[in-house]
Parts: sequence; C-alpha cells; structure tokens
Amino acid sequence: MLSEKAQKMNKLQKKILVILILLCLITPVGILLPAFFNTGDAWGEWSAQTVKELVGYVPKGLQKYSDIYKAPLHDYTVNSADRSLMHKSGFYIVSGLLGATITYIVVLLISKIIVRNGE
Amino acid sequence: MHIPDGYLSPQTYIPLFGVFVLTAAVAVKKVKDEVSSRNIPYLGMAAAFSFIIMMFNLPIPGGTTGHAVGSAVIAIIFGPWAAMLAVSVAIIIQALIFGDGGITAIGANCFNMAIFMPFTAFYIFKLFRIKTARKPAVTIAAFISGYLSLVLAAVITAVELGLQPLIASAPDGKALYCPYDLSVAIPAMAIGHMLLFGVVEGIITAIIINYILKNEPKLIYAFRKSAKNE
Repeated sequence: MLSEKAQKMNKLQKKILVILILLCLITPVGILLPAFFNTGDAWGEWSAQTVKELVGYVPKGLQKYSDIYKAPLHDYTVNSADRSLMHKSGFYIVSGLLGATITYIVVLLISKIIVRNGE
Repeated sequence: MHIPDGYLSPQTYIPLFGVFVLTAAVAVKKVKDEVSSRNIPYLGMAAAFSFIIMMFNLPIPGGTTGHAVGSAVIAIIFGPWAAMLAVSVAIIIQALIFGDGGITAIGANCFNMAIFMPFTAFYIFKLFRIKTARKPAVTIAAFISGYLSLVLAAVITAVELGLQPLIASAPDGKALYCPYDLSVAIPAMAIGHMLLFGVVEGIITAIIINYILKNEPKLIYAFRKSAKNE
C-alpha cells in the first residue's frame, strides 16, 4: 500500500519522503549525543524520583498526577528497564518511523475531511 | 519543552486546554479556506517532520537537553493555522503513544509549541516584508523567525512552570506541582534555547524555506499572502 501511495507522489514529495525516512534512521543521535555528554533530563521533565533528589521532596500534586497515564511505548521504547544504548537506539528508530507514519496519516485524514478546496 | 503530568496545576492546564480547543476549532475553519487539497500531502509530511525533529535531543554539555520543534518553518510554508493543526497532531501522538509530554498537559504543550510558536514565527517572518524572494533576505528572516519563536516558546513554557509555586502550594509552603519559581525556570529554559536549540531551529527553518523556494515556490503561504495584499 505504501508503494502504491509513493507512485502517486510527485518527484519533490518522493524526495521529502526519502529525507524523512533517513532522518528517522539517524534519530538515535538524539539519545547518543546526550548520553555522550552525560547530560540529564530536559529541564522540567524529570521523574518524581529525580525531583526528590533535586528539591528534597516530591510535590504532592506531582506525585498524584505523575502516574496518571502509562503510554504503550513510554520514552520511545519498550521495557525501559533495559537501559543499554543498543536497545534504546533500536526502539528509538522504530518509534520514529511509527510515530511519524501515524502523524502523517492522521494529518492526511483530518485535512481530507476539512479541505474541500480542490485547486 | 514537553511538560509532563504533575508539573501544572489544574488551574493552569484546564484553561490552556480550553484555549487549545477553541483555537483548534478556528483552525479547522481557516484550514478549510487556506489549504488546497493538492498541498495536503505536504502538510502531512510537515507534521511527520515535526514529530521526527523533536526526537533529536541535543545536549548542552554539563547541563540539560532540548530540541527543535519545526513549528516555525511549517508556519511560514503553510500559514500559522495549518501549522497549528499539524504540530498539534504530532504533540498529541507523542503524549498518547510515547508518553512524551503529559496527558493533562496536552493543552499546554499544544499551546506552547503548536499555537504560540507558529504564530510568533509567522509574524516575525512577516515583519521583514520580503516582497521578492531574494535569497539572503529570506535566509536571514527565516533564521530569525525560527530562532526567536523557539526561544520565546521556551520562555512561555517556563512562565507556566514557574508560576506553579505561586498558584498552588501546600500549607507547609512546599510546592504541589512544579517546585521551581519564575526566577529559576525562566533562565533555565531560556539559556539552552538561546545557546543551542534556537540556533538549530533557525538553521533548519532557513534551509527548508530555501529548499522549498527552489523546488515549489508557490507552496509558501507567507509569500502568497503578501502577493495578494500588495
């Protein structure tokens, strides 16, 4: 189905598609670089445990809400206990391809419903 | 810049969710008028690009991480309303499937990265009043638009977080949500985005605008509009 779609695309769209796929394949840069420089989490995105280490306590509301929802691929990985960079990088690429594809399809569907302008 | 669950009080995330829903309703109407069906695949790819680019966490050695968002370039090419829809979809999918950004903070995160940022970027770009698409002028305007819009979006995010100790504290003075106030949150968020992440947003904005200008110049909304007005 994807190849059928690709055939209908014009030259520029095919080029962009290739660039997007290549970008997905190099997404592990986004975990390897921070790991290499040993940087922590993004500011304000710490786990409840990390907040406790930072300020000495876990704010009550933060405690209450922090586990309100568990995403199926939390942190772009499965089994986040496995912290090896190989494991994380592999699932990062899969997550990138999956998330980008879903995003593309959802925007396409929403736009097709909204847009009636055929010019 | 993805605020997780538990960092914002309901007094903050509920109004921001309301703003998001209202803006999305207007955006649906605007996109209907402004986007032609032949450009829909491009808009879908733009949203996918935003999703991917946000995965590129960049380190500030000895400090924190952050990333570009892609909202600036999408706003210049498709207009701020279409950008709002596209980037919102990326942010909602990040929250629902990948736990990047909280469920309760979806309205706030969409407000920061998919409403405030594309509108800021678009109007900064328009300030340059570029009539003919001359390359150096476009490159400079695109860079500044990307750079400033991301830095300002980071500051807005910091304001939301930094207001929490004022809005909601326990009787013993301990914070209930984000424990840091404005004096900590604003510099912490601003510095990384000014030094690195904003620069990256500026560069990708300039590169992509130039690329589209070369290959499909009619696509660019920011130029189409000005052509119509003048």
